[in-house]
Amino acid sequence: MSAILDFIGVGFIVALVKALVVFAALLLTTILVVWFERKVIADMQSRVGPSRWGPFGLLQTLADGIKLFFKEDFRPQGADKWAYALAPVLAMVPAILGFAVVPVGGVLGFGDTKVGLVGSDLNVGILYFLAMGSLNVYGIVLAGWASGSKYPLLGGIRSTAQLISYETSLGLSLVPIALVAGSLSTVQIVQAQAGTVGNVTFFDGIPILEQVSSLFKFIPNWFIWSQWPAFAIFFISGIAETNRAPFDLPEAESELVAGYHTEYSGIRFALFFLGEYVHVVLISAMAVTLFFGGWDGPIFPFLSWLWPLIWFTLKTIAFVYLFVWLRATMPRLRYDRLMWLGWKRLIPAALLWIMVTAVVNTAGIDRGVRLAVFGALFLLVLGFVIRGDPRQKTAVSPQRRVSSGTA
Amino acid sequence: MIALIIFGAVFVFALGCSIAMLFAKNAVHTALFLVGSQVALAVAFLLQGAHFVAAVQIIIYAGAIMVLFLFVVMLLGVDRSEVLVEPLPAQRQLALALGALLAAGITYIALTSVDLIGADRTQDLAAINRNPGNVLAVARTLFSRYLLGFEATSVLLVAAIVGVMVLARRVDSVTALGAEAPSSEEREVA
Repeated sequence: MSAILDFIGVGFIVALVKALVVFAALLLTTILVVWFERKVIADMQSRVGPSRWGPFGLLQTLADGIKLFFKEDFRPQGADKWAYALAPVLAMVPAILGFAVVPVGGVLGFGDTKVGLVGSDLNVGILYFLAMGSLNVYGIVLAGWASGSKYPLLGGIRSTAQLISYETSLGLSLVPIALVAGSLSTVQIVQAQAGTVGNVTFFDGIPILEQVSSLFKFIPNWFIWSQWPAFAIFFISGIAETNRAPFDLPEAESELVAGYHTEYSGIRFALFFLGEYVHVVLISAMAVTLFFGGWDGPIFPFLSWLWPLIWFTLKTIAFVYLFVWLRATMPRLRYDRLMWLGWKRLIPAALLWIMVTAVVNTAGIDRGVRLAVFGALFLLVLGFVIRGDPRQKTAVSPQRRVSSGTA
Repeated sequence: MIALIIFGAVFVFALGCSIAMLFAKNAVHTALFLVGSQVALAVAFLLQGAHFVAAVQIIIYAGAIMVLFLFVVMLLGVDRSEVLVEPLPAQRQLALALGALLAAGITYIALTSVDLIGADRTQDLAAINRNPGNVLAVARTLFSRYLLGFEATSVLLVAAIVGVMVLARRVDSVTALGAEAPSSEEREVA
């Protein structure tokens, strides 16, 4: 036994166990998230939602999964055999691989072996996350092309344009985080957010406001306070990356039947479905890790190893709720509006914000200069984002069209 | 030991993909095999401890360039049958000669183990990866020793982008679009 152990190494076994645990947890999470989404949307639309199987309809997704598993696997005549089979797998695998760099807790000790609660603490963690995001395009593009049918092809081409555009702003929105944390490793980014805001000298010397400073001792030192523009850009781009409403143009059911997965059924369709929900959880988990302190939170004496996991899970659930909320409220964007938002607003705003963060973080700059630059650039970014599309002025509102018709 | 097994598997995969790419009939399949071989190379970089290069390999080559390839292939519809007419007269002969030259060069380097990068070999790569870390080490080398080459490359890329913008610009269609929008509004309002 020990000979085999020496051959493959303890590190390998630990990594294997981690991978299996993460994979199993993700499958379970997907089942729960699908149920969660249906329940929340039902609640927002004054319906009951799934309620037949298990308590509160919890087993409904399981039943649906079993149904999909036993359904006939259908392939259209004009489809490309290999690419058609490969596409659903490629849609799911990168999303699951992305979780390798998400830290869900601190370090656990099993006797002599110390196990960090993260798949792998890569020193290029953020880049790895972006790399997996960039591989995510293939599943959708291939599904669109390989189906040999026009609606999937249109969906596939749309999604290529959308994903390439929003990948840029997603990547740019993470640069300020790397600047502030001084690292690309997700574990170190979480560690940089530990503790509270603490020493705020901002209000020193001002009579009443000086008391406010003491309140900052209770506010956690998360990046969201200083980096919320980066967070806004990250989250909007993240929604676009997952192809979820209001950015679900690749599968717009009113225009493209079901977009890229029109021709898919059975277990292959289930893989697309799984990939999308794992991606939603991944974007939520990354938002928590990068901007909301990851597993940071109060730790109580009993079961002290469990608290980080609980805080991480609760924060992630909050973001999954936000995803569902947006789907229930926002109408789908028009294609040209989508491109306008991505290229003309998010990317320039992200570049400006990188500049602001770089200036503010430069050591040895006078505080007054720093504040002035910060304020001026901040207003610039804000005004830039809020300013509407100039073409909107030339668009004709329905009321005007009606009045001109009757005149 | 396990690393060696993965290393072997990765290179069999990379070579297999490359050979399959050469013989694939379909343009999309060719692109896919190229993606496969690039991802395998990224894994090989990871095994060598070059984390940053591995991530960049996937982001740039597999994630950006090959997606654009696929996009163009899909849009132009050249996926069904390849065009076998060669526009350049001596393309095949030239390719063979240059390929032989490259193979000879690689063989020479492999046999004599020429130090191409002239890097500082006194430090162990694993030690550098622990402290100061892969990304920092790459950044320090790139922005000090190889700064000139790095900046020259970025200037080259910017020049290429500007060149594409100039070549692809269609002045008349842009002005026509701009002129049409207000006139349609005027019509509607009237």
